[in-house]
Amino acid sequence: MVNHVSLSETFNKDEERVNWHDETLWWVRQKRDKAVWQIPEWEELRDMASQIKMNALSNLHDYLLQFEKNALANGMVVHWAADADEHNDIVYDILAKNKVERIVKSKSMLTEECHLNHFLAKKGIDVIDTDLGERIVQLAEEAPSHIVLPCIHKKKEEIGELFHRFLNTPEGNADPQFLTAAARIHLREKFMTRRVAITGVNFAIAETGEFVICTNEGNADMGAHLSDIHIACMGIEKLIPQREHLSVFLRLLARSATGQPVTTYSSHFVRPLPGQELHIVLVDNGRTRQLGRPDFRNSLKCIRCGACMNTCPVYRRSGGHSYHNAIAGPIGAILAPNLDMKEYADLPFASTLCGSCSNVCPVKIDIHQQLYKWRQVLTKEGHTPAAKTAAMKVMAGTLSRPAVYRFAGKAGRWFMRNIPWLTNNRFNPWYKQRDMPAPPKESFGDWYRKNKR
Amino acid sequence: MNVGLFIPCYVDQFYPGVAIATLQLLEKFGCRVTYPPGQTCCGQPMANSGYEHLSDSCSTLFVKNFSSFDYIVCPSGSCTLHIKDHLNDDASAANAGNIRKRIYELSEFMTDILKVEKLSACFPFKVGLHQSCHGQRGLYISQMSELVAEPFSKPGRLLQMVDGLELVSLGRSDECCGFGGTFCVAEEAVSVKMGKDRVDDHLKNKVEVITGADMSCLMHMEGILKRQKSTVRVMHIAEILTQW
Amino acid sequence: MSRESILAAIKQNQPESEGLPDAKGFVPICYDNPAQKFSEVLTGIGGKIVSIESTGEIIDYLNMHFTEADRFATVLDGIPGLEKLILPEDARALDGIEVAVIAAGFGVAENGAVWVTEKEMHHRVLPFICQHLAVILDPATILSNMHEAYSKIGQDNYGFAAFIAGPSKTADIEQSLVLGAHGPKTMTIFLLSEK
Ligand code: SF4
Repeated sequence: MVNHVSLSETFNKDEERVNWHDETLWWVRQKRDKAVWQIPEWEELRDMASQIKMNALSNLHDYLLQFEKNALANGMVVHWAADADEHNDIVYDILAKNKVERIVKSKSMLTEECHLNHFLAKKGIDVIDTDLGERIVQLAEEAPSHIVLPCIHKKKEEIGELFHRFLNTPEGNADPQFLTAAARIHLREKFMTRRVAITGVNFAIAETGEFVICTNEGNADMGAHLSDIHIACMGIEKLIPQREHLSVFLRLLARSATGQPVTTYSSHFVRPLPGQELHIVLVDNGRTRQLGRPDFRNSLKCIRCGACMNTCPVYRRSGGHSYHNAIAGPIGAILAPNLDMKEYADLPFASTLCGSCSNVCPVKIDIHQQLYKWRQVLTKEGHTPAAKTAAMKVMAGTLSRPAVYRFAGKAGRWFMRNIPWLTNNRFNPWYKQRDMPAPPKESFGDWYRKNKR
Repeated sequence: MNVGLFIPCYVDQFYPGVAIATLQLLEKFGCRVTYPPGQTCCGQPMANSGYEHLSDSCSTLFVKNFSSFDYIVCPSGSCTLHIKDHLNDDASAANAGNIRKRIYELSEFMTDILKVEKLSACFPFKVGLHQSCHGQRGLYISQMSELVAEPFSKPGRLLQMVDGLELVSLGRSDECCGFGGTFCVAEEAVSVKMGKDRVDDHLKNKVEVITGADMSCLMHMEGILKRQKSTVRVMHIAEILTQW
Repeated sequence: MSRESILAAIKQNQPESEGLPDAKGFVPICYDNPAQKFSEVLTGIGGKIVSIESTGEIIDYLNMHFTEADRFATVLDGIPGLEKLILPEDARALDGIEVAVIAAGFGVAENGAVWVTEKEMHHRVLPFICQHLAVILDPATILSNMHEAYSKIGQDNYGFAAFIAGPSKTADIEQSLVLGAHGPKTMTIFLLSEK
């Protein structure tokens, strides 16, 4: 079965690569630390962001209407999509109506979530991802492994090889500067020749009906401003109440993501260019369901900075693809079960509940607590293995009966029999790479009875 | 003051020395300590695995055992946190609520309640402190490296009071060791890799002893050290603080 | 249509309304010398600061640091030595521009960004499509932080606007920073304090 356990086991077969992956992402975490320590009011900012998002979520109905009204007045075309299929159909209809078969797309985790590329490819539409990292994974026919750093799992030599194959760069050249320059030329040609650009949205503002896209490369802007038709796709949770709230979010986003003080471009789109069509697609796809779950609605505050992945000691050592979901890492693990409990039942268990994610999260999502709560929900809904349930019942039964526990014999023996992860047999994964302490002569309980009473 | 000693099941069974050291420490600082004999487990192993509903009877038992103390003290941050966050008992909700407020992890109890400023312990070794996540990020016994906030460490401060002890600083001050309860076998590959990396950080910094306030993490790292035939030892912080 | 069903579901599922944070007592970081901080930060993210006292110095600087002088362009009036760009019908024709000189409304010290609206760009794509971007900024307009920035922006009715902080960049290949991803490879800020 393909799940986080098996996928991360495979990833861990190459320990050198795990070390490299871990260190690369830890370096990003350290850059983040350095950046946030420049801002003495950092923790207050996180509080404000979290509260603004809560205000937005708790008034989402009205804010969406306000946004729609203002966006329409600004000249945008507003679409509503209940799920991924409807989103994909809306996009396709716009393309079909305009007889467009080749488009450019900048980064949008929403379109990944909806598997838009795959859908459009089947319809004969050629989509070019213009974010460098996304273009790389697209050439490799892989999914992004990280929401901010899509090809962080790839070594430069592998990228060099891909570019040699697809962009005719000289064989063996793996210099990032050189490869980036090659991609720039390759993609500039796409920007110059394609008429439709799809982009994501980082923030949409109810008060003004505008939306903001943040990039470092400038690819969203190149695509959007050179297009006849710009289609911006956003989850409904991207809404914030007022323009001035951008100050809070833009201060948090890039510092959390990469340790930059701000992304190179924070582009505010209000009206289409003269003669241009500007479409905005508002997508639900399970978000209203998550909004109705008090324990999990906080996850909708996410601004997709990726900090929780960079800090996650599991993610760093299991790789983004081990989460088999468009969004990996701790946040992916609390979003995915909302989309499909059965398919993603493994993800909330892919964590030690260390809590580092919740601490770096710029909007203060209680990520590790939600992981714990998802575990309870998934168990109750019957998505955990029967053998595990049986073992847990045995354990619970003995642990609640002190007499059974106490008279189980020599110290350690009871334990070895009853605690599933310490069961003393050669099939127990504990012993593959670890030893157990030798059981002592007597347990503390025995000692206490002899010496203290 | 009357202190109820809560010894987590695996410490009881595998590390009685840690429990004895905890008892000695508390007595040395003037506590009247009782170990309620009917205790077993806080219920965390079930709850963290998604079976919180199976831990009810453990909770009832816990409330029965620990209702009559001024404080409850435990040499494990993780078990303490579990009680603090999740102890509920429908039959005696008030008692459960009281226990949640009065339970302390050992190093935070020594710092915040006993206000220990001086120890007569001596331990002339290079020691690395493993900051276990639940104690740190859950109970807040040390500052977390993710936050823009003044650093502090309750166990670290206690260790600094030990004569001769050299507290080594690590490359990553508070990364998880990968134990994580059932995670340690369910996700064996990642768990072990995390443990190896944590151990390496200590080894690179030439520690002689790895200590911490949670024996479960230490057991995991000890398992790795032993398999590597390392001479580096793990010791619970109570075992170091009682080297008098 | 899904619009109604989505809105109905939200109405049903959204929690009781919670208020916006009280910004009273919130004191964001302020710098004694915002222009100096701005210069430090911008330099740190790959931008270049050039202090000038008159726009006449611009062309000399460009000639010294860039080639292809025939493809320098500005949308500003009265920059000595630089002809004002006549916008082509098709914005794709801007692709050949080597250096574009524009002005910015103000700068932000904490992150080295400048605020540029459509009015200053003339065409939205200009600051992105050029190979090198040069921006004239009055150091007296540099604010400390983004909160001040958005109070200044207020309800300004631009059609498009952007904060631009340094040259376009990527670190997608093994986290090695490369300047000049899709947009400008360099960004020069002319800090113009007229005597
Ligand atoms: S959950 Fe928080 S830390 Fe993770 S990506 Fe979202 S905003 Fe960033």
